[in-house]
Parts: sequence; structure tokens; C-alpha cells
Amino acid sequence: MSNIALPRRRPHYLARLFEAYGQEIVVLAALVVLFIIVGLYNPRFLSDTNLTSIFSGNAYIAVAAIGMAMVIISGHIDVSVGSLIGVLATIAGTLAVSGYPVWIAWTVPVVAGIVINTLLGALIAYMRVPSIVASLGMLSILKGGLISATGGTWITGMPPEFFIAQARLFGIPAPVYFMIVLTIITAVWMRYSATGRSLYAVGGNPEAARASGLNPERTCVFVFALHGFFAAIAALLFATQLQVIQSTVPPNLELTVITAAVIGGVSILGGTGTVIGSTLAAILFACIGSALIFLNVSAYWLRAVLGLLILATVLADMARRRRSLIP
Amino acid sequence: MTAAFRSLLLRHETILGVLLVVALVILAFQSDRFFTADNLLNQGRLMAEVGLVALAMTFVIVTGGIDLSVGSILGLVAILLGVFWQNLGIPLPIAMGLGILVGGVAGLVNGLIITRFGVPPLIATLATLALYRGLAEGISQARSVRGYPEWFFTLGQGEFAGVPVQLWIFALLALVAAIILGLSTFGRATYAIGSNAVASRFSGLSVDRSLLLIYTASGLVAGLAAVIFVSRVSTTRSDMGTGLELDVITAVVLGGTSIFGGRGTIIGTLLGLVLMQALKNGLALAGVKGDGTIVVIGAVLIGTVPSAISFVRMQTVDQKGGPDLRAVSKVKIRM
Repeated sequence: MSNIALPRRRPHYLARLFEAYGQEIVVLAALVVLFIIVGLYNPRFLSDTNLTSIFSGNAYIAVAAIGMAMVIISGHIDVSVGSLIGVLATIAGTLAVSGYPVWIAWTVPVVAGIVINTLLGALIAYMRVPSIVASLGMLSILKGGLISATGGTWITGMPPEFFIAQARLFGIPAPVYFMIVLTIITAVWMRYSATGRSLYAVGGNPEAARASGLNPERTCVFVFALHGFFAAIAALLFATQLQVIQSTVPPNLELTVITAAVIGGVSILGGTGTVIGSTLAAILFACIGSALIFLNVSAYWLRAVLGLLILATVLADMARRRRSLIP
Repeated sequence: MTAAFRSLLLRHETILGVLLVVALVILAFQSDRFFTADNLLNQGRLMAEVGLVALAMTFVIVTGGIDLSVGSILGLVAILLGVFWQNLGIPLPIAMGLGILVGGVAGLVNGLIITRFGVPPLIATLATLALYRGLAEGISQARSVRGYPEWFFTLGQGEFAGVPVQLWIFALLALVAAIILGLSTFGRATYAIGSNAVASRFSGLSVDRSLLLIYTASGLVAGLAAVIFVSRVSTTRSDMGTGLELDVITAVVLGGTSIFGGRGTIIGTLLGLVLMQALKNGLALAGVKGDGTIVVIGAVLIGTVPSAISFVRMQTVDQKGGPDLRAVSKVKIRM
């Protein structure tokens, strides 16, 4: 963007930064404020062990939110991602337990994730099923299939080299690297590459995008395939972080993932937002969950807090839009 | 256009009716327990809660909206019913009324977010899905309420003239809903809003007021369903009604209501509802486990929409000798 000669007055650097990353800055500020307040109240919140467990335990949500952000930016939604993560984690665990080499246990779920979501994307793009209906259907197919296949049992006894999420480099757990590297690569790709930018174009106005020579259908399938890839990575991080794989993924995981994307500044109407915001928001949630415990608030209130946060963010988004749209 | 419209609706429902009969016949041959009065009435009992919510959801989807928060409203009202009665000592009949009222308020809040702030219904109710469920969890702190008095169970477990009590309530409300949607001015306005909200506004319809009423009604029936649910299972838990929205939306969409708004009928919803419940029950009797039936329902949900859309396309091509651009352009990729 910066090498295009802009006409007339160029706004101040900070103003432009805020223009481009307003929501991300707000989320970051909220994160900092949360750290200060909870840290003052209970310094153990800022301890190494707590921070490590917050970050590495929730990195998979941030990774899944990257894919979700792309899906929402391109104008769709996917409510089936939680079940997909459950299915892929179970596939990985089952393969590892049945004695297949670890690399197979890692790659098969990735391929499966891409294939399943490519199908979902094709259903939405070419069969014209609205994404909410298609993914609701997919949600019940995956969830029902998972429970009837596993009977709700837990998988244990994976070989020790299976657990990538427990590996550490320079004292920092592997999931944190996954989260940071994938976020940065995707953010750069979406901002600077032609394909990445086409997501914004298609999400902002599919007909205009078509008229400018883009193919919204192909973009949709491609985005869902990528989303499947990120869901698979998230599933691997989820499957390998504990010694057991529960075939019941955290209930409403899809909701947490969608919320992270939306609060991170991805407008639910499509066309705007960045994955930096979604990752920051995923971290913010994890911190709120942990902070509630340190503030001696019952964890049962967590979802109500998240619900209020989504609502506030969505209302702020609508208010801002209204201001900028009405001349 | 209206005549063509009506014949189209009739045809979708005819197809659905034929499908239902075929399904019933096959299921009856699969298991001799399926076609017994006991089993059918019991299925009706299980269907009533989803059915009540589906009646209001038909209105919601006909306006082009969606309400994902109904399951959470059900959970919240169920918890509040227990809290009002046991912790606050409010007499049970009043607690029931208050609970249903809270459901209405929750629906009204949805409506206000959607109409005052212009938030898309999908997002607004996704947010309140989390909020209401969160409130239910926070208020209950995972405690369940039991020990309701005996008379309370007649609502969910009793019978009147040999038919489960909640089926009477459901039948009555279904009749009311069918009359309002099919025959009243309000019903016509609902279709108009779903076909084109902006045009309806310019034609002098009070779009916002209609939407507020419809979303409030959706909350109210979810509250009523909650009371019936608690009475049927004789206990209160905060996770009640999780995933209810999926069943409800499936029944409505299966019944031929377009997810894009503008068309759909209560009779279609009833057919969709019965077909879904028959599939669930029939498959369960044929030995498919409960989770297997969710898979079938998901597949049916995905399968009906493209066929319905291609059906619309065929129709419009037939009548005009070329594709009706308005009908096709409504079929957008994004929601």
C-alpha cells in the first residue's frame, strides 16, 4: 500500500496506524490493562507458570481463529469448526495409538481437514447453500459421526514423540511458536499478496470482485481449504497438549473461535479485519478466563463475560460503520 | 406472481407430504413398535418443545432473519424458574409466568439489537447465545433444582383426553401461528419484510415494530418450551436446550421456509417437524444410535437447500422463458 502515491494531505503516521489497526490496538490495550489490574491484585497471575499455561493452553484457539478470520473476511461463516477439531484430534490420536509412525498421525488429519472443508466450501460456493446452513449441517454430521465412532471414550497411550505441543524451545512451549509464526505469515500474506487481498475484495462485495475479474466461488473454496488446514493444526495442538484426547472437544469451541475473530476486528459483514486482531483476541479471552480465577470469580461466569464482550464489540462495530457510511 | 408463488408453496409441501408418507410406511415396516398409538403420542410429547420454538422461528426466518439464541433462552428460563421458585420462594405458578416473561425480554433484547443497531440477526443472536447461556451457567453455578410439586408435572408428563398436555398447547399455538402468518395483515407484512425490507419500509410498513414483535415472540415461546421441558424431565440444569436451535432451524428449513426470507408456511414447518421426529424415532427403533441420527439430520439439512433452490430456478425459468433475475440474485453466496 505504502508505495502508492497518495493524493493531497497524508494523515499523520499514528492516525494512519490507528485507522488500519484500530481494533487491534484496542484489544492490545485491553490486554495490557487486564495484566496491570489483575497483576496488582494478585501478582501470581504474572508468574511464569501461569503465563505459560495461558499461552500454550490456548494457542490452538488462536490458530483456529486465523482460519475463521479468513472465512469471515471473505463473507462467510463456519459454525462447524469445533466438531472438525474434535474429529481431526481423534483421527490423530487413533493413528498414533494404532502404531502408525508419528508423521502419519500428524499429516493425515491435516489432509482430512483440508478435504472436509474443501467439500464444505464447494457446497457453499457451487451448490449455493448459505454458509450458516451448510456448516450447521456439517456440525451435526461431524459431531454425530464422532460420538458414534468413538462412543465418547478418551484416547490414551500415544507414543511420547507424538506430543509436539509439549515440546519446548528456549523454554517457550511449541504451541506459542505455531501461533506467532502462523499469525505473522498469514497477516503478511493477506496484506501484501494478490491472492490474500482478493479475500477482502470478495468479502467486501462479491459482485464487484467478479466484475474486476476475481472468481468468488474459487476464492470461497480456497479459503475454506485453508481454514481446514488451520483447523487441523489447531487439532494437533489440542490433541498433543495433554496425555489424553477427549473426544468431546470443549463445548461451543466454534463460538469461542468466531468470537475471537469478531472481537479482533474482523467485521462480521465481511471485507475487513486482520488475523493479528483475532490472535490478540484469542489471547485476551484466555487471559480473562484465567483472570476470573485469580480474581476469585466463579469460572461459570466466563461465558457470560464473553457474551457481553461480543455484544459490545459488535455494537461498537455497527456504530463505527454507521458513522463512516452516512455522509 | 402471487398465484405462481402459491402453487410453488403448495408443491413444496406436497412433495414433503409424500416424502413423509413414504418415510412413515418404510419406518412402519422396519419396526412393528413404530406405528403404535403409544409410540406416536410419546413422539409428539418429545416434539412439542422443538415444535413450539419452530413456530416462532418460521416467522423469524420468513423475515430473512435467524434466531440462534433460542436454546440458550430455554436454558436461562429453566434455571430462573428453579431459582425463582426454590431460592426466592416465589409461588410456582408466578415463577412460571415470570420465567416465560424473562424469555420474552430476552427475545426483545435480540430484537432491539437487530433493529436499533442494525446488527445482522445471525451475529446478534450468536452473541446473545453466548450471553444467555453464560447467564444460565453463572446463575446456576452448576447446581440443579429438583423436588417440584406433583401438580407441576401434568404440564410435561400428563395427558388430557388421552393426548399429552403439551401437544394440546402446541396444536393450539400452531393453529394461531398458521392463521396469523397465512391470513392476517401482520402475516403479509412478515412476507413483505422478508422479500424486501427496504421496499416494505418505503411502503409504510413498520418493519422495526414487526421485527421486535417477532423476536419477542420467539423468546416467549422458548420460555414456554423451557417450562414444559422442566416439567417433562422434572429437573433443572443450565445446559438444557443446548443445540436446540439446530433442530428448530432444520425443521423450519426442511419445511420449505427459505433461509433467504420471503417464503415459508406453518404447515410446511409442521411437516418438516414431523418428518424429522419420525426419522429420529424410526432410526432409533431400527437400531441406529442417537448420534447416528444427528448425522442423518445434518445431511438432510444440507441436502434440502440446494434442491429447494434448483427447484425455484426451474420454476422461474419455466414461467418466464428465462431466469428470473430477482429470484436468482436473491440466492447469494453470503448470508
